[in-house]
Amino acid sequence: MRKALVPLLLLALAAAGCGGKTPGDTAESGRQPRRIVSLSPTATELLFAVGAGGQVVAVDSNSNHPADAPRTDLSAYQPNLEAIAGYKPDLVVYSDDPGELKAGLEKLGIPALQQPAAKRLDDTYAQIDQLGKATGHPAEAGRLTETMRAEIQKIAGGPRPERPLAYYHELDKNLYSATSKTFIGQLYAQLGLENIADAADKDGSGYPQLSAEYVVKADPDLIFLADTKCCGQTARTVAARDGWDQVRAVKAGAVVELDDDVASRWGPRIVDFLRLISAKVQAMETVGS
Amino acid sequence: MTVTERLGRAPVAPGPRPARLRAGLLLAACACLAGAALLAVLVGPVRLGTAGVLAELAGRLPLVDVDSGLSERDAAILWQLRLPRVVLGGLVGAMLALAGAAYQGVFRNPLADPYLLGAAAGAGLAATLAIAYGPDTSSWPVDLLPVAAFAGAVAGVVAAYALGRSGGGRTATTLILSGVAVASFLTAVQTYVQQRQDETLREVYGWILGRLTTAGWSEVVLVVPYALLSAAVILLHRRLIDVLAVGDDEASSLGVRAARVRLVVVAAATLATAAAVAVSGLIGFVGIIVPHTVRLVAGSSYRLLVPLCLIAGAAFLILADLVARTVMAPAELPIGVVTAFFGAPFFALVLRTSRRSL
Repeated sequence: MRKALVPLLLLALAAAGCGGKTPGDTAESGRQPRRIVSLSPTATELLFAVGAGGQVVAVDSNSNHPADAPRTDLSAYQPNLEAIAGYKPDLVVYSDDPGELKAGLEKLGIPALQQPAAKRLDDTYAQIDQLGKATGHPAEAGRLTETMRAEIQKIAGGPRPERPLAYYHELDKNLYSATSKTFIGQLYAQLGLENIADAADKDGSGYPQLSAEYVVKADPDLIFLADTKCCGQTARTVAARDGWDQVRAVKAGAVVELDDDVASRWGPRIVDFLRLISAKVQAMETVGS
Repeated sequence: MTVTERLGRAPVAPGPRPARLRAGLLLAACACLAGAALLAVLVGPVRLGTAGVLAELAGRLPLVDVDSGLSERDAAILWQLRLPRVVLGGLVGAMLALAGAAYQGVFRNPLADPYLLGAAAGAGLAATLAIAYGPDTSSWPVDLLPVAAFAGAVAGVVAAYALGRSGGGRTATTLILSGVAVASFLTAVQTYVQQRQDETLREVYGWILGRLTTAGWSEVVLVVPYALLSAAVILLHRRLIDVLAVGDDEASSLGVRAARVRLVVVAAATLATAAAVAVSGLIGFVGIIVPHTVRLVAGSSYRLLVPLCLIAGAAFLILADLVARTVMAPAELPIGVVTAFFGAPFFALVLRTSRRSL
């Protein structure tokens, strides 16, 4: 075993420029990774957005955006080290380490970069910068964050409704929701929307399961469905639920079908997401006045 | 010891229970159920007001005309969200307790529960398959998931039964062992499918944790026929289950065909379990805790045990669900957590304070 590892290690060290360096250092030393494996759908989106798409050789089974990403069977939930090593990567980007991923990659001498789920917008910008540096595209990354910041500021600075609108963000059919302190909740807050799930987060998880009674009583102006792909929910299925015909959003046709993926990732598409939500809020105002 | 004495089996009060005591216990259980149901209708994450709810309920009675003062929305919350959930909780609790008692009786095994013969594993696999590979059913009149879970639960038990019989033996032990084998196999397949289709994990997990949260009248309508049928069959067989307690050979010397009784009772209990699982996911503990608690209070004769389990199971799950939706209100607790968390200590208490033995 050890004998087999030594040449592998040497190879990896050579590829990495020399031992012990972080991917950021690699880029600074002028060597760009040419064989990137992404085990995170968000990282995949970010890699392509900073112009490193051409260096990506494999992405995990859930990385479905952009369409030209080299999607494989690699699982991000149960990463298989041999399968990953099979792509001879010189950089692996991942979001969660379910067990021995980091240690395993270290043993194989494969440089790895963890980009955990963003807790706030600044985390997204930081991850973009980090990926830009690591892949040799710092300038593109800088431009991307600049554009995103400007766009988001513009959308958030748009006209506000006279009365703050209440919304319910649905994660699945069992009425799991996300509060304002989650990443997605902070995006809604940027537009001045009030989250009905905030009152329900007694244990502070950020993702409480709401009572149907409570959702109906809270009477949200807007309902956002982030369970259209996973669980086949639509404005029609929501309207058909017992008692939900009493909810203002259902009466007003303000049940918005989101793309589950966009609503659960922290990549560049959050700008499109915000634009969509903002348009819905503006539309509500027009109807209201 | 004569056969009749062994049939009685209750160590403290051997022989048949006086009819008056039986009626008293049944009445007390019914009162508990009525109290639990009323409390569950009155209390919830949304305050509707006791007077308002009572007036609204009374207003639906024929010849009664009262204005409850509830808004249209509050009335919808009461009639379309809270009431069906209480009714469904009662039905599911009754069926799980009934099935648990029945399995424990025909297998002479105190640890038997409704999921013993692969019903849970079968339902779990079928639900996972429906979520992972099923067609989009959002435009269908009936959701595919409960139908799949029901079919899976029945198929799991049928597979266990077929395996047990092909093994040559028709004894309780062979059947339990084949149930264990079938359940392990089905669970392995389910795990494999989940790993292949990891985007389904969330929905499968949500289903397993229990789905009383989103209960409506359609689920109630779905399970009522099975509940009535299986309860009737098991009620009719309750004396025969008592006879099985003496063992298959002795039962047959008394003219009872043990394997046949077991088949009929298992079929009915499986229908009940499958229907419960289809609408509520996997709610554990009810099928074990309720029959044993009833046994400790009322003795082990199935004549009284079966009807008492039906009533006590309903009351227990209604109360457990009440806790699930109020403790963290307006957030929910998974019902399975509540049944185990409150059920286990309660059971321990009953075990300690009771002078009877199981």
